[in-house]
Amino acid sequence: MCSRGKNDENAVARLRQFLEMALQFGPVNLGDARHGGALRPSRSMSPLAHWRRKIKPDFRAVIEGMDTATTAAAVFDNRPAAEDLMKAVRAADLGLSVNISTSIDGAEQCCHAAGLCRHSVGYSLGFEGKTGHLPNEDVLMLSTMCGHGMVSSSLAKKMIDWVKEGRRTPQQAVTYLARFCSCGVFNPSRAVRILEDARKRTR
Amino acid sequence: MGAIYIDPAIHRATVNREECVECYACFNGLSQEHLNPTLVRLMRKVLQLIRVRFDPEPDVCPTAAFEPEELVWPRVVRRAFSDPRVPHESTGIEGRGTEEVKTNDITGRVNVGEVGFTIELGRPGVGVWMREIQHMCWRLGAAGLSFETRNPITSLMTDVRSGTLREDILGEKLMSAIVEIKVPVERTEEIVRLVWEAEKELDTVVALGVGTRCGPDGEDHVLAPILERLGYKLERAKTNTGLGRITNRPTEARSSEVVTR
Repeated sequence: MCSRGKNDENAVARLRQFLEMALQFGPVNLGDARHGGALRPSRSMSPLAHWRRKIKPDFRAVIEGMDTATTAAAVFDNRPAAEDLMKAVRAADLGLSVNISTSIDGAEQCCHAAGLCRHSVGYSLGFEGKTGHLPNEDVLMLSTMCGHGMVSSSLAKKMIDWVKEGRRTPQQAVTYLARFCSCGVFNPSRAVRILEDARKRTR
Repeated sequence: MGAIYIDPAIHRATVNREECVECYACFNGLSQEHLNPTLVRLMRKVLQLIRVRFDPEPDVCPTAAFEPEELVWPRVVRRAFSDPRVPHESTGIEGRGTEEVKTNDITGRVNVGEVGFTIELGRPGVGVWMREIQHMCWRLGAAGLSFETRNPITSLMTDVRSGTLREDILGEKLMSAIVEIKVPVERTEEIVRLVWEAEKELDTVVALGVGTRCGPDGEDHVLAPILERLGYKLERAKTNTGLGRITNRPTEARSSEVVTR
């Protein structure tokens, strides 16, 4: 991401370059904070689309649609790919702030692989207060995958139920959830794993 | 939020305007067909009569029923904090409107020996009323803490010392909002305990984030031990890799360019 007044001049081209680089390493999602991720809702769907709906992410549309200096995100389901991207980003010297959002260990290893020292760290200390308002852990893991809370916990609960009932496969259910994420950090691979696990147990 | 329900009196989907936080997830997230509403209702009734389960795609609005509303003050505050696609006017940033330590390599917002707190109220998915945010701000203000200036909540304060918000927005509900403060590392434990106390007085959830600048070796030897002593198990974090740098041309260079063209 860039910072207003500091490095936002010509930032769109550099953010696109970042997304292009990420594409080479097999991301499971790409996105920007203005248009969302690689699976997006349609404004004019034909009723026939219910039977042949596209459930493949369109990474190219994300890159080409990036038109504002905002946050760009690339999501991976394996560490080596993330490490390779960090090496490439370092070599490209984009001048943008690059953040890794994952386990503390994982981020340290990515930095190490790219020969970087962490500049700053923002610990997430979990949820406090009236936690009785929160849904169960499976629902929470799905709904919090969009950091802005655009994936509703009611829909996440419904998708767990539908997968349990065999009404949808985990892969199909994940596409419904991913379309609501407004920033593209939703991780479909992890969501499939959560739905597969949730199918076999009761919380 | 669960603000949309079928009103039993009129048998129509209705938005509970009191609970709706104007996140626009219904409008932005749902795909739309443009079918005739009467036809759709008739089909559903017929299928219901013969006990056939209707199994549509769950993320499609068949009649494209949602229309964005022209919001006016103070209700527009709900959207500014709840719809992450709309940049905050005060900071120009999408999402929750603050960069936290994500651009610390450029802004130097949190320096060595300092700790930046992000106290996000209402997250995840519970929501928060502005009056609850004010309560938290008052508790922080009373402890003599200064609020981050480049933050949308701070921009809505009438008295930044005490943490008092504008009176006309206190009845607004948001998806979530981040209150940001910065303190010397020695005050970390005091602030965490203060937040623990204050959150007991609120009817919502709080996502606490604590950020700091790492040492020259990329390690944090200062903040992590304090948090662990307080009982936190540190597992996840946003890690700023330090690749950012100021690339904008100086203002003078740009303004002279404008004159000469």
